[in-house]
Amino acid sequence: MNVIETADLGKRYGKAWALRDCTLAIPEGRLAALVGPNGAGKSTLMNMAVGLTLPSTGTVTLLGGMSATAPAMLQDIAFMAQDAPLYKNLSVADMLHLTKNLNWRFDHARAKARLVDLGIPLKKKAGKLSGGQQAQVALTLALARRPRLLVLDEPLAALDPLARQDFMGTVMTAMADDGVSVLLSSHALADLERVADFVVVLGGGELRIAGDTDELLAEHRLLTGPASEADRLAGLLSPIQVKRAEAQAHLLVRTGGPASAPVPPGWEAHPVSLEELVLAYLRPTGIGSSSASFPRTELTEVTR
Amino acid sequence: MTVLTLPAQPGQNTEPAHLPWQRMVWVTWRQHRSMLIGVTAVLAAVSIFLLIAGLKVHHDYSALINCRPASSDACATKNSSFNNADWTMGNTILILMNLAPVLLGIFTGPAVLARELETGTFRYAWTQGIGRVRWTIAKLTLLAVVITILAWAFSQLFAWFFDPFLGFEGMNDLAKTVFDTRGIDFAAWTLVAFTIGALLGMLIRRIIPAMAATLGVYLGLDLLTWLVLRQDYPVAIDTTNAGLFNGPSTPNSPWILKTWTIGNTPWWRYIPVSRFWPMQLIESGWLLVLAIALGAATVWLVRRRAA
Repeated sequence: MNVIETADLGKRYGKAWALRDCTLAIPEGRLAALVGPNGAGKSTLMNMAVGLTLPSTGTVTLLGGMSATAPAMLQDIAFMAQDAPLYKNLSVADMLHLTKNLNWRFDHARAKARLVDLGIPLKKKAGKLSGGQQAQVALTLALARRPRLLVLDEPLAALDPLARQDFMGTVMTAMADDGVSVLLSSHALADLERVADFVVVLGGGELRIAGDTDELLAEHRLLTGPASEADRLAGLLSPIQVKRAEAQAHLLVRTGGPASAPVPPGWEAHPVSLEELVLAYLRPTGIGSSSASFPRTELTEVTR
Repeated sequence: MTVLTLPAQPGQNTEPAHLPWQRMVWVTWRQHRSMLIGVTAVLAAVSIFLLIAGLKVHHDYSALINCRPASSDACATKNSSFNNADWTMGNTILILMNLAPVLLGIFTGPAVLARELETGTFRYAWTQGIGRVRWTIAKLTLLAVVITILAWAFSQLFAWFFDPFLGFEGMNDLAKTVFDTRGIDFAAWTLVAFTIGALLGMLIRRIIPAMAATLGVYLGLDLLTWLVLRQDYPVAIDTTNAGLFNGPSTPNSPWILKTWTIGNTPWWRYIPVSRFWPMQLIESGWLLVLAIALGAATVWLVRRRAA
């Protein structure tokens, strides 16, 4: 079963497309990372998935074909919006009680125990907690609803490295214990590189690539050889990205099709890292690519 | 051999499709209790003042009408005191009372949705299991009922306070500034102010501008009603009986809408004070329908909202 399926999904604000022609399917049981620079359309995609935003074109369905706007849907998905919005004037205990009252399923005891474990005072106002604590409270509220799909919009952006680790630890535990599927967006790939078993790369409102992490890594390789032959080889192999450095050139190619051919003499093939792969799709400079002028400023987000 | 296992269906638990409404009572109270307590406290404080001032006004009035002989200097002094000191206070409070519904409305309506949109918490609230439509309907209904009841109770106290002034020139149940503050009209106008505020809060998405816009829209509607609509409620009577309109202003003086002549006969169109309740029901009725329409529009916007 696919937890999220989109077909030609698009959202337009005025004349500008925040997301267009997005067709993708994320299977059950994954930690899917939605990556891309700010403004890539990540939040737009997530808001449409949880029914907060209506698509301009196309469709999005969840958990094996249910409409994202069906009221019953919200009993099975939990969404944590960017910046973990909580009612600042309510205490943590009140937030628990509030969320309990707004949902059928709510594991009050476990949520409370978890917050106590984390050392978060239940009597404190949500607005007085640190960013990391607020994120943990929001995540605890979401998990206590026992969702089948957890959607997290940039949950790590405001957290320090230690808090990021704690947060991801909680997410991984929930996946292992309860079989929750997770879709998590981030503009910082480093936090997800080791844990995401599915990646979705968005850039400039378009889907660049999506797939199982291991499969994608196995399908791509980096060819290194003399710069003088780069153009000829690029013509043959349709690389995703071509980089030149002095006498050497690096071609990131996808295997299957022409690139399955044996490595040409004078060239070496290397496996690619997830980060190299994502960056190549965000900054494609391959022959025939129409997006060669991907804005450099946005990329600094991805490269840290 | 392949074993087929059916995937779990969404909502596989034996849960009814909807959460009980009662849950929203706690939610609404917890989230809006400061506002509700604040409004109640202000109304209670003003009520205590009205009670004390009202006892004095009633005392002065009864001393005045029971003063014998009526032509004595002592009675003239009482008369002048009532006409000046008491009336100045009564008239000032009457003017404030005419603004009270919109003041109640702007401090309660706009924040309900605009605060969620301003702070981003709608992304939390509208993705909970209850669903945003039921969340909105429950909140608006509960708050509207509570605020309307508070306003009604408050207006009853004011009506008692103002009773002694009803014989004054132009001051009776049908006078423009008095009609709104009595019966059920005050509560109806407060309800409409609240729903205008809620809708504009949803449309404008920011509390302060929505409050300002609510004030503007409300005053426009109020003026339209005063100057145009109210005189056309189907309760007026046409007559040639000039005797009805002679004599001093009393609590029972009719509201004369217009006069004209046919041949040499003068005609009057007027509304007798006895038509007070039909007029109250007509006005409160259409205000209630308007409030429900505004509430429905707000819910529709919440459901449709694309951001």
